[in-house]
Amino acid sequence: MRLRKNLTRILIYALLTALAVIWLIPIFFLIVHSFRAEPGAAIRYLFPKTYTWNNYVRLFTDTELFNFPRWYLNTLVVSVASCFLSTLYVLMISYAFSRLRFRGRNAMMRAGLILNMFPGFMAMIAVYFILKAVGLTQSLLALVLVYSGSAALTYYVAKGFFDTIPLALDEAATIDGASKSTIFWRITLPLSKPIVVYTVLMSFMAPWMDFIFASVIMKDNYENYTVALGLFQMITRENIYDYFTVFCAGAVVVAIPIALLFLFMQKYYVEGVTGGAVKG
Amino acid sequence: MADLDYLASSGPRRAWIRFTRSVKSLPGRVGGWIGGLPRRLGGMFRSLLGAVISVGLIFIRGDWATRLSFGIMGFGCLRRGRIGRGLIYLFTQIAFWYFFFTFGVGWLALMPTLGKVAQGEVWNEEKGIFEYARGDNSMLVLLYGIVTLIIILLYVCIYFSSIRVCYDAECRARRAERIPTLGDEIAALRDRDFHKTLLFLPVLAVVIFTVLPLIFMISLSFTNYDRFHMPPGNLFTWVGWENFRAIFGLGGNALLGNTFRSILSWTLVWAFFATVTNYALGMILAIFINHRGIRFKKFFRTVFVTTIAIPQFVSLMFMRNLLADNGLVNVFLTQMGWVDAPIRFLTDGNIARITVILVNMWVGIPYSMLITTGILLNIPADLYEASRIDGAGPVKQFTTITLPYVLFVTTPYLITQFVGNINNFNVIWLLTGGGPMTGEYYQGGRTDLLVTWLYRITTGEQNYKLASVIGIITFAVCAAFSLIVYSRSGSAKEGKFL
Repeated sequence: MRLRKNLTRILIYALLTALAVIWLIPIFFLIVHSFRAEPGAAIRYLFPKTYTWNNYVRLFTDTELFNFPRWYLNTLVVSVASCFLSTLYVLMISYAFSRLRFRGRNAMMRAGLILNMFPGFMAMIAVYFILKAVGLTQSLLALVLVYSGSAALTYYVAKGFFDTIPLALDEAATIDGASKSTIFWRITLPLSKPIVVYTVLMSFMAPWMDFIFASVIMKDNYENYTVALGLFQMITRENIYDYFTVFCAGAVVVAIPIALLFLFMQKYYVEGVTGGAVKG
Repeated sequence: MADLDYLASSGPRRAWIRFTRSVKSLPGRVGGWIGGLPRRLGGMFRSLLGAVISVGLIFIRGDWATRLSFGIMGFGCLRRGRIGRGLIYLFTQIAFWYFFFTFGVGWLALMPTLGKVAQGEVWNEEKGIFEYARGDNSMLVLLYGIVTLIIILLYVCIYFSSIRVCYDAECRARRAERIPTLGDEIAALRDRDFHKTLLFLPVLAVVIFTVLPLIFMISLSFTNYDRFHMPPGNLFTWVGWENFRAIFGLGGNALLGNTFRSILSWTLVWAFFATVTNYALGMILAIFINHRGIRFKKFFRTVFVTTIAIPQFVSLMFMRNLLADNGLVNVFLTQMGWVDAPIRFLTDGNIARITVILVNMWVGIPYSMLITTGILLNIPADLYEASRIDGAGPVKQFTTITLPYVLFVTTPYLITQFVGNINNFNVIWLLTGGGPMTGEYYQGGRTDLLVTWLYRITTGEQNYKLASVIGIITFAVCAAFSLIVYSRSGSAKEGKFL
């Protein structure tokens, strides 16, 4: 019995270690090749012959063709602004759906679910025309508006969370004379740290990850590119030989803050998802 | 099968019975939903009619001030001392009619044809020269036409509610009740009407950035907007259902119909495998990590979560390079002498399809691992305790406690994953770009999903009419699947979800 137990344990350890290695290999090679001194994307050997910091230096100084620092700043500005707006939208709408009763509530919730099923950038093309009609294309403001614009449709995770907060709290506060607005700001929000953090995290990360929306809106306005668009430019056919290692360096620089953020906030992510959406 | 038989059967068998039952009842449920449509539409129509009639009754019952409010919005309010609200209504009316006559009516008039005059040179008889004339821009006609229609709809709603409010003020005056002032109403926005405050901004954003664009795109699918009909140089116009017929292969272009069918079926196959592999393997991984007696739980979890934290476009674009014909993976394989010729991970149709599913596992398993972990930790420990005393082994515990619990809690997650995978643009586009391209498809590749096909058709060929048809069909597929699941799950019946 003891032996069998140990055997399963060893098997599980072996399996987990093997999987962990598989999962880390691409990341490992990404980091290694960001320090490679020789240019080129397709090389005939696994490990670099010489190592250098030069790719990172080039990333931040060689701004003639690829203005990475500027793109980094753009992305930061866009993600902070759209994160603020989307968090506000999501919390407001999901609280209203969860706690308040008003005419048309069910119809609106249903409409939200249905709208969410259209492929995102089917609307994207039309959004481009709308932005063009009001003269906002190729600007960072347009990106912020677009990223936060449909945020309200993803209300169900936060709504699920609000549903779990006992109604008795609201009732007690109402008896004490609190208005609904006071209840929202003073009672519900302070109790909802996991879902607030989850929403902030998700909407902050979106601009770093998104590629298509940004490419449809920005077209060829390099000044206002986000990092995702910029890095993609580095590995187009004309540039990939010279810039592949710089691309790797850029990818590492982008990934580090996001990864750190995510690792620290992991707990809230799990609480957000499992506490919200999945309880239905 | 009788209920007693069901209760007597074992756990896996029960699951199988439930599964077959739900599959068998599928057509019935879909049929039921469609059958219920007329009733629901009828209900909507009746409530609309009711609203019109009740406003009509107000005209009969109300006094002269209320009746005058039908012509001058908010007059009744002004008369009863609700100055603030009355002025707002009056201003709305003036603003609307100003907008309508200076802007709206012109675009609306062009809506049926989407513009008659193409941009171009026009012969000027008097001067005897060709003059450059700005024609109609079909795209703007359609866009502004829709905007005008939405604003008219909004105005009608405000108009009706203004009449009710005026009548309400009259009734209160007759009963000598206090009539709320504008200050009262603003105060109510923080309490009784707090939902209006909360909903205003998000709904406005959704209307501008989702609803309006969607109506626009849906309208485009009934036009002939493509690169041959590109405003402002050319006009496009309504063509009815022609594009829908074309994509089903009825429009004379058999290639298009075939491509659509192939890509649709691959999209469904992909979504199925991508969802199931991620879900099942993620669950197994979570169970292993949380297995009793396994240490370094946190370390293993962190390793897998790191891959979530790296932006997808970074890891996917890097993977594309690793897996290229002359990429590092093939270099490694040939150096080890395991293969003679490089494996064409991304350039051979069938291999590429397997590759994208495998890479998607790399991307997705950590997510489902993380979520399952959260659920596993929530299962009450005494359940396991009790079952162990009753003599249940680990396998039995898994099939009777863990699996049902996790499945129950994650059903909505599963369906969102499935729908998300149908629309999974990133993995396919950044990895293979939909390729390898093939001549057997119309502008398509072997790993193209409907969404990536849509994207290529819009950005490359600028075939907007076709793209919007594909978008609508993608929506229909997603909606059908969600509808089936949501209408089944218990939460739907409580009105929580749909």
